[in-house]
Amino acid sequence: MADTAIAHGHDSGHGAHVTSTGLSNNKLAMWMFLGSECLLFGGLISTYMLYKGRVNSGPQPDQIFDIPFTSVSSFVLLMSSLTMVLAVSAAQRKDDRNTNLWLTITALLGATFVGGQVYEFTAFYREGLGFTTSLFGSSFYTLTGFHGVHVSVGIIMLLAMVGMISRNRIPGDKAESVEMVGLYWHFVDVVWIVIFTLVYLIPS
Amino acid sequence: MAIIERPSSEVAIASGSTVGVKPSEALGVFKRPAASTSWRDWIVTVDHKKLGIMYGVAAFFFFIVGGLEAVLIRMQLIAPNGKVLNADQYNQMFTMHATTMVFLFVMPMAAAFANYFVPLQIGARDVAFPRINAFGFWCFLFGGIFLNTAWFLGGAADGGWFMYAPNSSTLFSPSHGIDFWSMGLQITGIASLTGAINLIVTILNMRAPGMKMMRMPIFTWMVLVVQFLLLFAIPVITVALFLLTFQRSFDATFFDVASGADPLLWQHLFWIFGHPEVYILILPSFGIVSEILPVFSKKPLFGYPIVAMSGAAIGFVGWGVWAHHMFASGLGPVSVTVFSMATMAIAVPTGVKIVNWVMTMWGGKLQFTVPMLFSIALVVQFTIGGLSGVTHAVAPSDTQQTDTYYIVAHFHYVLFGGAIFGLFAGFYYWWPKMFRKQLSESLGRWNFWLMVVGMNMTFGPMHMLGLQGQPRRMSVWTEARAGEGFFNLGFWNRISSIGSLVLSLGVLLFIINVVYTHKSKKVAIAPLDPWDGRTLEWMTDSPPKEHNFDTIPTINNLDEFFHRKYAQDATTHEITQVATAEEVLAEMNAHPDEHIHMPSRSYWPILLALAFPIIGYGVIYNRVILAVGVAMVVATMFGWAMEPSTGADDDFDPPAPGDGGGHTKELAPLG
Repeated sequence: MADTAIAHGHDSGHGAHVTSTGLSNNKLAMWMFLGSECLLFGGLISTYMLYKGRVNSGPQPDQIFDIPFTSVSSFVLLMSSLTMVLAVSAAQRKDDRNTNLWLTITALLGATFVGGQVYEFTAFYREGLGFTTSLFGSSFYTLTGFHGVHVSVGIIMLLAMVGMISRNRIPGDKAESVEMVGLYWHFVDVVWIVIFTLVYLIPS
Repeated sequence: MAIIERPSSEVAIASGSTVGVKPSEALGVFKRPAASTSWRDWIVTVDHKKLGIMYGVAAFFFFIVGGLEAVLIRMQLIAPNGKVLNADQYNQMFTMHATTMVFLFVMPMAAAFANYFVPLQIGARDVAFPRINAFGFWCFLFGGIFLNTAWFLGGAADGGWFMYAPNSSTLFSPSHGIDFWSMGLQITGIASLTGAINLIVTILNMRAPGMKMMRMPIFTWMVLVVQFLLLFAIPVITVALFLLTFQRSFDATFFDVASGADPLLWQHLFWIFGHPEVYILILPSFGIVSEILPVFSKKPLFGYPIVAMSGAAIGFVGWGVWAHHMFASGLGPVSVTVFSMATMAIAVPTGVKIVNWVMTMWGGKLQFTVPMLFSIALVVQFTIGGLSGVTHAVAPSDTQQTDTYYIVAHFHYVLFGGAIFGLFAGFYYWWPKMFRKQLSESLGRWNFWLMVVGMNMTFGPMHMLGLQGQPRRMSVWTEARAGEGFFNLGFWNRISSIGSLVLSLGVLLFIINVVYTHKSKKVAIAPLDPWDGRTLEWMTDSPPKEHNFDTIPTINNLDEFFHRKYAQDATTHEITQVATAEEVLAEMNAHPDEHIHMPSRSYWPILLALAFPIIGYGVIYNRVILAVGVAMVVATMFGWAMEPSTGADDDFDPPAPGDGGGHTKELAPLG
């Protein structure tokens, strides 16, 4: 009975909590949050799809997209999902050293992607596509910008994780905390696959 | 005071997680707040019951604000060529009236009931994420205040509550009102989203042993459906509000026709959120009356699984009807037909609920208490509003009614006659549970009848006005164009305006009732189970202890509490009382749980929530303020992340003198 009493008391992950569904509270909450995020990106993607052809001034989409470059940065981001999986698996083996190693590599790959995006935005801007140049510009920067912010938040989460693991400062279940960051990270990657396909690959 | 037992060091080592974690102390920011009985405890509390009460008080305050706005609107229209407000003030008034009532009263008031009663109804000691719960409340409160500061900073939003383009552009609304509106709703949206995740996890994961989904009280069921609607609807309005903010503050042109944009984009995004929102507003009240009708009919709810599932069906179909708000915008025949059909279809599960409520009362021993009266009024008035709603599903008829007072009449019947009557039923029904005293029934009757008469006087004539063609949102009417005889617009406008005063008097009587109940010495303490309740929230003390239940009950039946009080004879099928509420409670408390272990208070929720209005002011006025707000978000998030939800003994403030409570290790005074 003591166990259930504790389970009903508080919100940090103790892993072994008895819950009605068997899924831990934290993980269920993360899944719910990601479900909600789907609709956020759904709205942004719809806006882009509606406006991608509306160019009153400035460059057209196919005039500025650099498919090989973006393919490489997309590949980097996808590989970061692999390293994230390795980090989660190390965390489940309670191997702090390798957890931190893989988390750091994941963060670096993510940072490479964000760096690529910054480079891409700068290049587009020089070619004449500002945020307010055309509806295409506004909706493109809004959609990819929101995604970039999500990746950046993920990087902060990864690095914070590394810092907290090395100083043993994670309240609750360490492996589950890593897994939660992993769920978020994979989600952001999957969203990028959709964006990359719809925005870059399918010609307007 | 605090019924908290800190984990012993053995427990901490056994769980393997809290070792070496002394967060706020090591961070050097501040220690955790200790339990206390002063007002400070309300700032740092994570108790779902206190947060429920805070939600309720704040929402009721906004109800009065929104009500005064409505009365000003009606006073402007009581006579021809109204002089109470000028056209600009009138625009602000109806925009803020709707925004306040929808986002700052009905939604948070439903959240108040959900917060307080869902954990009690499912036999839990708190919600899944108590600190996030507190954070949600503060976001709602600060967002609402932020939204209303626009009144003093150049004028409030004036584009109507659905803020169609081009009225939302800086050209047509040059004040900062709409900036406050879009960012204020963004902040209250955070509250709704976090609240939704929290309550879903609570309901799915924290049910007492034996509390299967199909044994949950209907109120909990409806709250669950509403939270799923919020979970998926809020991000859509978030996108729309971001686009609007980018347009107004950063010169994008998402809704500017001159730049080639499509103003229908806003309408679609808004109503994909906006229509589920309608069910977000009404379903909690449906849940409340589904609790009340069986109790005062002395019968179980007729067709419990059907009521639960029709609620879920409304939740699903509610996503496929948004464009019926846009029939007049030229969607094309196919879209109009599809949405027309879907809208007619959604009337079916709603009708099913009405039938179930009527059948619940049918043949029952009805007790016309005040909560019962409000519930019956909901059934009647919601049916009227529902029927006028079906006339909107018919596109040709809707095209005629769009933007007339007929629409205003319709949604006030479903939202005032439905949602708000349900909330008032909830006040009267659950008051003795929350505050140990029962609201006066005789004052309550006056309250009820004035509200019924006022509500029908105010909104009934609007059907006539609308069918005669009076457009909504017009700031004056003139005698010359008012028409003749029975269909004289002036006559019905006057009736409606007088009705709004009667309605206000009814609400005033509610406030008087509350004050009387708590100030008068003549009002005795209510009995433990004043209504002969059926569900789990009545199976504990009034008000419940901080940890809700001394023993988490094991559930064997739908309406568990009823089945513990009454037994059916196997041969005669007669139902006889076998135990009183006091006996049931005493039996439960005979073997209280040990190691009851509640979440600790925290400063972080209010601090994080405080950062969002700062960001809002920053976007509007000054990028330096914006940077401060963002820095505050990052800092408080880290502070929060490193604070375990239950603090160690040495990580607390010393108790302030005279607080009574303290951080001293204290075993629960069990039993």
